[in-house]
Amino acid sequence: MRIYAIVVFLFLYVPIGIIVLFSFNAGRHASELRGLSVQWYGKALSNPFVGDAFVTSLIVALSVAVLSSLMGTAAALALQRLKGKIRILFDGMIYVSVMIPGIVIGIATLVALVTVFDLLNPLLASIWPEGTKPPKLHMGYASVIAAHTLFTMSLVIILVRARIAGMDRALIEASMDLYATPWRTFYQVTLPQIYPAILAGFLLSFTFSFDDFIISFFVAGANTTLPIYIFSSIRRGITPEVNAIGTMVLAASLLLLMTAQFLLRERSSR
Amino acid sequence: MSKDNKANRWLTAALLTPTSLWFLVMLIFPLIVILVFSFGERAAVGGYAGGFTLEQYANLPSRLKAFQNTMLIAPAGTLLSLIVAYPLAYFLALRVDRKYKLILLVLVIVPFWTSLLVRTYAWIFILGGRGIPTLLEFIGIEGVRLINTPGAVLVGIVYGYLPLMVFPIFVSLEKLDKTLLEASSDLGGSPFKTFMQITLPLSKPGIATGCMLVFILLMGEFLIPAFLGGGKVFFIGNALVDLFLQSRNWPFGAAVSVTLVVIMLITVSFYMRMTLRNKTGRDESLM
Repeated sequence: MRIYAIVVFLFLYVPIGIIVLFSFNAGRHASELRGLSVQWYGKALSNPFVGDAFVTSLIVALSVAVLSSLMGTAAALALQRLKGKIRILFDGMIYVSVMIPGIVIGIATLVALVTVFDLLNPLLASIWPEGTKPPKLHMGYASVIAAHTLFTMSLVIILVRARIAGMDRALIEASMDLYATPWRTFYQVTLPQIYPAILAGFLLSFTFSFDDFIISFFVAGANTTLPIYIFSSIRRGITPEVNAIGTMVLAASLLLLMTAQFLLRERSSR
Repeated sequence: MSKDNKANRWLTAALLTPTSLWFLVMLIFPLIVILVFSFGERAAVGGYAGGFTLEQYANLPSRLKAFQNTMLIAPAGTLLSLIVAYPLAYFLALRVDRKYKLILLVLVIVPFWTSLLVRTYAWIFILGGRGIPTLLEFIGIEGVRLINTPGAVLVGIVYGYLPLMVFPIFVSLEKLDKTLLEASSDLGGSPFKTFMQITLPLSKPGIATGCMLVFILLMGEFLIPAFLGGGKVFFIGNALVDLFLQSRNWPFGAAVSVTLVVIMLITVSFYMRMTLRNKTGRDESLM
């Protein structure tokens, strides 16, 4: 039994280890290890395409995380007061948006938005004052952020709702009985209790968005996120540079997960 | 009091407005558009031309291979993940010292939250020409091809989704009342009998959750077959990317998407009904 567990853990971690090891390759060919060096990290970091893609991914992931934790928390708080048909409707939406394949979301969003933009752009051009350049709607930051947020927002709702369900209701009633305003009750009683779930939601949303390939692939327009860049470089051929970028992406996610774990610990031990 | 209630209702509505807007614009509207497009015709330059025709759906058999692959490999990959995950979940939940339990569980889950793209890429490396095949040549076995086979895709699937399978099974085994296991062995039940009659039935909810999560994600999978199937083993997801980005056949792609979602909904609800029935059956037998 123990040997089996060791084998599975090796199965999980050896491939990651191989990527990391080969990213320090001194040779020029991806699959022949010839001494160790950090030259490919230098190459990757000085590659302007990698830098641009990284910044794009960062902007998208941060916006997604902020939007989904705000909207998701608001919705979770409102939904606990609701019953009946509206509640069932929302539950259905949350369920569908989590379950539907990312590829279908990507395609449907692309097709719908491009169609709307094609209708709106001539309209905008016709009502725009003569001589100034009319704005042209197109796929880009807004569409990726919106498409990612659909999934992550539902994720935050689920997380925060689970936390609210496990919350001590007596504290809220006590606060109300002591004539605290609803805002104060929220700020001083509810928020501290659901805070870990919101934080976890924020970080999971960030990681999801930062690592997502398939949705961005369809709706990012001319913008290249880091996963899109990695995907197209792999298509062009395997180089040690891809290994170095991959290692950095893995390290970034790990760092984020560890921060989340640490913050949650800190919070609960206080 | 009624003024308070009214304010409350306004607050609830305000809190729900952004989310509702999102569901409307980013979920319902695009799905309606896809549904409408799937009954349309392809414009000469690609894209969409209006109309109402069932032509796209009649044309589905031309992508039969993608549907076949998905419907065969997705369930097979789910089953294989379950077979690999269960003993590990069992070990973590019932055999590991409390001190190490949490850290080991975290170690299983962490890979899931790192880039699937990079992790799948690692297997191109391992299974590709200079990976395992070269090692095999070294010991005298030649001409083995691993990448671009169904086997490679299955390995990628198990690797990618194992954490998602282990976690729910672990949770259900962890919740299991240990005194039941002791009672069984005290009453002379063999370890095998204890497992078959107590542990396995009580971990069914975890198995069901894990299988459903993995299966749902596999139905829409694109990356793993794209990297490890190399154009030979492709899923519906790969066909969709081809239809929308290469051949720009939007109406047909829309029909394929709608069919994928419908197949998914049918299998998932069928599966849920089956596991629910099992559950009530078990409750009755326990009484």
